[in-house]
Amino acid sequence: MTLIKSALAIVEKDLKAEFHSKEMLSVMLVFALIVLVIFNFAFDVKKQIVQDIFPGMIWITFYFSGLLGLNRSFFIEKNQDCLLGLMLAPVDRSVIFVGKMLSNFIFLLIIEILTLPLFFIFLNIALPQNLALFFLVLFLGSLGFVAIGTFLAALSVNTRASDILLPVLLFPVLIPVVLGSVAATKGIFLNMPITDWSIWLKILGVYDLLFIVVPFMLFEILLEV
Amino acid sequence: MIELIDITKKIGDKVILKNISFKVSSGEFITVLGPNGAGKSTLFKILALLMKPTSGTLKIGGVQVKDGGINLRAKLGVISHNSFLYDSLSARDNLMFYAKMYGLDLAEKAVKEVIRQVGLELSYYQAVKTFSRGMLQRLAIARCLLTNPEIVLLDEPYTGLDQQAIGILNKVLLSLKEEKRTVLMITHNFEEGVEFSDRIFIINRGQLIFSEPNNFEIKTLKDIYLQKVGITA
Amino acid sequence: MEKNNLWELILGGIAYLSIVVALYLIFLVAPEERVMGIVQKIFYFHVPSAWVAFLAFFVVFIGSIMFLFKRDYYWDAVSLASAEIGVVFTTIVITTGPIWAKTVWNAWWTWDPKLTTAIIMWFIYLAYVVLRLAAGEEEKTARFAAIFGIIGFLDVPLVFAAGRWWQKTFHPIIFNNSNGGLDPAMKPAFFVSLFAFTILYFYFLVKSTKINLAQREINRLKDAVNEKIYG
Repeated sequence: MTLIKSALAIVEKDLKAEFHSKEMLSVMLVFALIVLVIFNFAFDVKKQIVQDIFPGMIWITFYFSGLLGLNRSFFIEKNQDCLLGLMLAPVDRSVIFVGKMLSNFIFLLIIEILTLPLFFIFLNIALPQNLALFFLVLFLGSLGFVAIGTFLAALSVNTRASDILLPVLLFPVLIPVVLGSVAATKGIFLNMPITDWSIWLKILGVYDLLFIVVPFMLFEILLEV
Repeated sequence: MIELIDITKKIGDKVILKNISFKVSSGEFITVLGPNGAGKSTLFKILALLMKPTSGTLKIGGVQVKDGGINLRAKLGVISHNSFLYDSLSARDNLMFYAKMYGLDLAEKAVKEVIRQVGLELSYYQAVKTFSRGMLQRLAIARCLLTNPEIVLLDEPYTGLDQQAIGILNKVLLSLKEEKRTVLMITHNFEEGVEFSDRIFIINRGQLIFSEPNNFEIKTLKDIYLQKVGITA
Repeated sequence: MEKNNLWELILGGIAYLSIVVALYLIFLVAPEERVMGIVQKIFYFHVPSAWVAFLAFFVVFIGSIMFLFKRDYYWDAVSLASAEIGVVFTTIVITTGPIWAKTVWNAWWTWDPKLTTAIIMWFIYLAYVVLRLAAGEEEKTARFAAIFGIIGFLDVPLVFAAGRWWQKTFHPIIFNNSNGGLDPAMKPAFFVSLFAFTILYFYFLVKSTKINLAQREINRLKDAVNEKIYG
């Protein structure tokens, strides 16, 4: 029980801090918008092409924007050695992982909710028939990203190379999530029958489970002083 | 209150701490001196239950530390040269967060009280990033005392402090003594704070080479220290 | 010490011999494939390399787990050695693959799930090596590398699964699976090649681990000397 309570305390702390400073969300949001605009110019916005690449576009935007957030989330813990302050508390260190993962998840969702409508508007994309399924894919894709991302962010921030190491470590490992979320999104927006692409939901599900559980177990070792 | 029996710590091939044994009684104030690389910060990490020793026994409050002693961390308070405080949060939110992490009941009340104790009531809702260095130091102390720790560990607390801040810290040390908390201060600076100690320990090259009641003048202590540590003038 | 050297010599000898035999079988015994011609012989190097790359990664995985359990740097040396060898063999896979694909199907990349997995593995290996360079002090390097070694390996089956479904969904199979129908006359060459590559891998692993351990010892001695001089 204390695990959940403590993790939620961390989430609350991160949300409050972000609410005051707005540093992370503003950067993520602006970045996402810039990427959207660049895509607009880089790809000739003829209707058919856009339909095809739309799923890829939104996920690339979210992942790169999310990357900024991941780095940030551990930078604030490095400041004044707050991470040590957390480790001194009478809680399992894995709690820190869960708390951080959840706050990163919330931040990413916020960015997605804010930028998706703009994507739809600028690129003239019709809303998918099954909105609920789309939200499910957003959920699973974002969760996978945030789970392994938070873990590897904690790792990279503790190295000499610090945050620049994170994309090198994260993106190869993230491939199943990238493929899964893009393929499933494609399936939804092309209104394909769910049986055609439901396998991707399973892949995302397995990935999310695996890369929440394993990092959870390894986090204690990662944070050894 | 604190008991170390034959504590050894190896990292990789290096032996950082070797057969360290000592006892600290409840309410005692110990200063641990030693040059850089002596193993002080490793000792601190083991005492703070951040790190497991390679071998040996550690007892906190008579209870042997097993499996990292997560629950025993609740008895400890730490004051370090870092404040462990979040810039973007207010004084109140910072302490409320730690109150939750330590599972304190009646958190708001405890937070208000300890902030009052360090004289920061007027900045209760102020964001920490607007604090002066002195205010930051005081809030860090408040953070430590919030959980009413039986044992207070200080890790190089005088680093980077100006005269005024040193004065504040010394007052705090005095009050810790008066409140009969067990205090262990690890430092390489023996000009400050030593006067509060009941005993002096000296660590060098991972071993406890000196452990005596504090009946020294600072000058004599300095000489003994330099001699023990083997620094030629 | 002497006994170890003897085993090493034997291993090296077997590796050398089996490579020679394999080359003989590949170029002088195995028939040339009708359609693809001599380029098909890349197959005898491509597939065993892929097998070795995966084996190497598995050893990194085991080595990483063993290190985290035992904290014995021997396992760290093994993991690093295996990773380095793995990079080399994975590079062979992702270069021979496209060469073959271009010659046979006139396309550099085929979205074959095995090739996709290979190139992702290549990136993960690379990340492993970069991490080791960037981590900092020795204990942290070994620990972080071990953690990443575990994470990376667990990812590979998922990458393969994703790659397979990606191919099925978006690039329906026009290309025939390369392993289908191995002519019996080619089998000796193939299996000897497989054997040779595997023995070669182990030989490299043994040697490379020794080098890594020696490197550690050198560093340890350097530190000890510094301690003695400067105290």
